[in-house]
Amino acid sequence: MTTPQPSASASRAARGEPVLCVEGLQTHFDLRQWGFVRVGSVRAVDGVDFTLDAGETVAVVGESGCGKSSLARTLLALHRPTDGAIRFDGTPLNGLSGSALKAYRGRVGYVQQDPYGALPPFMDIQRILAEPLIIHGVRGRAERARRIDAALEEVGLTPAADTRGKFPHQLSGGQQQRVVIARALLLRPAMIIADEPVSMLDASVRVEILELLRRVQREHHLALLYITHDLSTVRHYVDRAMVMYGGRIVEQAPVAELLARPGHPYTEALLSALGDPDADNAHRQREVPGGEPPSLIQPPSGCRFHPRCRHAMPGKCELEPPPPDFRPRPDHRIACWLHE
Amino acid sequence: MTPWLQGLARLRQYPSALAGLGIIALLVAMAVYAVTAIPYSEARELWRGGEAWQDLPTNASPVWTDRLLGGNAPRTIRVATDDVVMEQERYEGVRLQRAVLPVDFPYGGFPQEINLFVESQFDERQPFVRLTWRTPDGESIPLDARRVGESERISISQDRQLESRLGFTPQVGLFTDAEPGADDPQVRQGTYELVIEAIQFEETATLDANLVVYGQVHGLFGTDHKRRDLTVALLWGTPVALAFGLLAAVGTTLTTLIIAATGVWFGGWVDAVIQRLTEINIILPLLPILVMVGTLYSTSIWLMLGVVVVLGIFSAGIKMYRSMLLPIREAPYIEAARAYGAGNARIILRYLVPRILPVLIPTFVTLIPTYVFLEASLAVLGLGDPVLPTWGKILNDAQAQSALYHGFYYWVLAPAALLMLTGLGFAMLGFALDRIFNPRLRNV
Amino acid sequence: MMAAAPLLEIEDLGLSYATEQGTLRAVDGVDLRLHRNEALAVLGESGCGKSSLAKTLLRTLPRNAYPPTGQLRLDGRDVLGLPEERFRREVRWVRIALVMQAAMNALNPVVRVGEQVAEPLRIHHRASRRQARQRAAEAFEEVGIPTDFLRRYPHELSGGMRQRAVLAMALVTEPDLVLLDEPTSALDVLTQASIMNVLKRIKHERGVSFVFITHDVATASELADRVALMYAGQVVEAASARAFFSEPAHPYSRLLMASVPRLYQEQPPSSIPGRPPSLLDPPAGCRFAERCPWAFERCSEPPPMIPCGERRQARCWLHHSPGGAR
Ligand SMILES: Nc1ncnc2c1ncn2[C@@H]1O[C@H](COP(=O)(O)OP(=O)(O)OP(=O)(O)O)[C@@H](O)[C@H]1O
Ligand SMILES: Nc1ncnc2c1ncn2[C@@H]1O[C@H](COP(=O)(O)OP(=O)(O)OP(=O)(O)O)[C@@H](O)[C@H]1O
Ligand code: SF4
Ligand SMILES: [Mg+2]
Ligand SMILES: [Mg+2]
Repeated sequence: MTTPQPSASASRAARGEPVLCVEGLQTHFDLRQWGFVRVGSVRAVDGVDFTLDAGETVAVVGESGCGKSSLARTLLALHRPTDGAIRFDGTPLNGLSGSALKAYRGRVGYVQQDPYGALPPFMDIQRILAEPLIIHGVRGRAERARRIDAALEEVGLTPAADTRGKFPHQLSGGQQQRVVIARALLLRPAMIIADEPVSMLDASVRVEILELLRRVQREHHLALLYITHDLSTVRHYVDRAMVMYGGRIVEQAPVAELLARPGHPYTEALLSALGDPDADNAHRQREVPGGEPPSLIQPPSGCRFHPRCRHAMPGKCELEPPPPDFRPRPDHRIACWLHE
Repeated sequence: MTPWLQGLARLRQYPSALAGLGIIALLVAMAVYAVTAIPYSEARELWRGGEAWQDLPTNASPVWTDRLLGGNAPRTIRVATDDVVMEQERYEGVRLQRAVLPVDFPYGGFPQEINLFVESQFDERQPFVRLTWRTPDGESIPLDARRVGESERISISQDRQLESRLGFTPQVGLFTDAEPGADDPQVRQGTYELVIEAIQFEETATLDANLVVYGQVHGLFGTDHKRRDLTVALLWGTPVALAFGLLAAVGTTLTTLIIAATGVWFGGWVDAVIQRLTEINIILPLLPILVMVGTLYSTSIWLMLGVVVVLGIFSAGIKMYRSMLLPIREAPYIEAARAYGAGNARIILRYLVPRILPVLIPTFVTLIPTYVFLEASLAVLGLGDPVLPTWGKILNDAQAQSALYHGFYYWVLAPAALLMLTGLGFAMLGFALDRIFNPRLRNV
Repeated sequence: MMAAAPLLEIEDLGLSYATEQGTLRAVDGVDLRLHRNEALAVLGESGCGKSSLAKTLLRTLPRNAYPPTGQLRLDGRDVLGLPEERFRREVRWVRIALVMQAAMNALNPVVRVGEQVAEPLRIHHRASRRQARQRAAEAFEEVGIPTDFLRRYPHELSGGMRQRAVLAMALVTEPDLVLLDEPTSALDVLTQASIMNVLKRIKHERGVSFVFITHDVATASELADRVALMYAGQVVEAASARAFFSEPAHPYSRLLMASVPRLYQEQPPSSIPGRPPSLLDPPAGCRFAERCPWAFERCSEPPPMIPCGERRQARCWLHHSPGGAR
């Protein structure tokens, strides 16, 4: 980690080109009966467009089951997209295979939700961190050890010698997540995808981990996609936020703008569902949209939020899906007929 | 690897595991002793039987059984002309050689057999030998008188003429002073003598004789119908059994595990094919197939090992491993490994398989004796390796010779005890390992 | 709100576990008081002993726990000394119910949720099968699950619905006190908010008291009348929610409040450096001293709970007045 890699992405970024460019992305999972008869599909990601610039942190916010993790896995080439295009550093991801795919995976780091599950329990930390290096052909035990120590120290596990020989279960949740982040950084990626990296952690260490992610993202000029269901962890750690609902992005805007002027009724609902700690919270009911999250097998017609929306306009919202880019402001995009 | 060592260190808390380990250590020591003391080729040669064993009685019980029963059964006595002074007298043209072989006989029973092995060297004319038996009372009984060849066995106890003269079979008649034909002859203890007188017709001719008075008991484990000392087979059976058990267990568990992991990882048709093969294989009966291969092809232990491993690969174990591996396939750490570029082979061998190895160790340890028993069963069925001495072969011989019917219990008991000891040792260790490693798996 | 006798009084409660490394003191000298229809939030980071406290109250301790020490009174009556059989018949699930940590994942997968919810009633022989089913349906309505879900299996319910079902199970025997161990930690914000709404309503309508265990300050503020903050097995501050959230007294409380990510505040949250001490061998003095920016010499002595306001104490020498009047 000593010398930041002068990568192609840096030069592209200088030309103002995004690192990641996603257009019309769809990831559907087939539902099968008796193992082969296709009876439908889960439209987990259903038409997503966005871009991610180098050195930019973008949050994806949405409730459970809205397709956030499916989006992340598709971007990591763990799922094959059903339709749409992903371009990373100008190269399309579709049909990448073999060594090109491996090279791509070396350039994208992944931080998962459950730090304990993300570390093989039967390997010690040294071994866990050596794995990506071995896979990507970093020769020489000494060279690997040097990079492992550097990565451990970078994520605040100092001295590295204290951690190296331990097994995951001997570390606290926060320390485990630091190891996961160290592993994501080891191959000097251009982009990191963090799927709910703090939601399984104790509240007291969440801030530490978020600060750490923010710091390494800045130091390495990484593009960071931060997935969360908790808007309160978004404000100080990201540049831009996207709100996802039912497999689609319904609103995206710079984070301050989004919090100050939420445009989509769903974003409003998310914001009103949580508050800063205050003794009065205990004495008022929060406004929560009724009903269950939408089915991704048979999504609601028109705007997917209409069955739960306070402002739904009959005769319009349930018929036509709103286009994703009503723009009250140039950098604020909303998929809601209210902003037509 | 610390968790492994920790697990093994916890074995100390289980006395049964220590006992098991002790038994296994004993067996291993026996195996090591066997292969160093009796090299492989020598062991095979010995077990073929023949001349090497001519000094031993047939079907002799172990010495300690006699001790235990408080008996005083005769041991085998060997006396050679080399041990005594050979007198020589010369007459015109001939030499008269004379040797007296003393037989000290303090036992309470009659010998099993009496043989004299004679070797002589001459050019043309065979020496003429006359044998005389002298009892402790000084009574002389003339035995055989005849020409002898270069190497000859004179079976004194088979001498029918002598038998009719004595009124008893020679091995009885020569050692008793009972009236001929008496119902219950008693042994006359004391020092007997065999007088050998040889007439040599050539100047350079020689004569060596070797008297063997066969006892009723022999050694620690007795002998079989071919006079072979069972110790050899019991000792050599240990390395064979351990090697067979270990190789078969390693071969089947490892390959089974890897195949199960492969099926689980790739899923789809790969998994389906493996599943179907397993189902077919489960209903194939192992033993009859082995019998078939053994009768039609060869009973070499290595071939049997191969067949056992091949048939063991797609065994029911696959189903068990599959059910353990299926949830692991979905573990986030596997997804992480894919995300940093790990290939299929690496994921199977380094991420899936090691995860369930701890559960496997106890299963594996308890599997070893199963294969040891299988090998023994094959041998009992007559499909043992044709040349190697094994425990199963001893049992097979015993069965063929109706050992139990004849009361040769030792012949069956010793190999059976070793088999049971093996099973016990590995089982005790395996159960303790199970208790140590399995709760871990349930936790994580 | 201030009834004559407190519903629950905890005095100097202690609990230890036997572990391979030695005795681990998970709960150490906890004093707490809870009145009727009050909700007490027990806050604290992972491993500080919150669940152990709840398990001690309901005697669902694991095998390697030593018998708890101290005093535990329900309506002024000692329950710690109660024989197990009487405790089971008179207290557990009758007066006090518990929603265990991760209980929603512990539902029996092969039994319909309706039957599982009615189970406590059946165990306590308080109702016929029919009545139990009736009560279960009412409890379902109370927590906002459609009653036709009674006949479903756990895996057919979403996470939020399962959590509501375990809540219904705790309410079905109409206890006076419900212990909730991290009831919303695994859920997303919308579900969390709607479950907190249910709890608020039940508290208001039924007058139930709650002990609400969480590590999340914002969630705690959704229900709490009072807050007890735990650190390394001890309660370090006990105060009314209003006082706690507006001006925390203990240094740990202050740092904790500053570490909460807030939606509408310019200042970014700041994490608390360091890690809590081991409970196997806690420091002799103030357990927070090592991480405390205000620590001074006195802190090498163990501080008692020092009163610092109405029904408010903090375990910190900073609140000790030199005269020792109190
Ligand atoms: N491999 C898969 N096969 C079939 N369905 C899937 C698969 N992965 C996800 N799904 C379904 O896709 C939908 C979206 O899931 P996803 O995990 O992306 O949601 P999420 O937003 O990450 O939710 P959470 O907050 O719970 O993690 C869910 O209904 C899920 O059941
Ligand atoms: N059965 C047990 N045996 C030994 N130690 C235990 C046992 N259960 C808990 N502990 C230890 O006791 C301490 C307190 O545990 P407890 O579960 O009460 O914490 P908690 O505050 O509920 O944490 P969390 O937020 O992680 O649930 C921890 O250090 C834990 O490791
Ligand atoms: S489009 Fe209509 S239904 Fe959808 S969020 Fe906007 S107002 Fe509500
Ligand atoms: Mg997810
Ligand atoms: Mg807990």
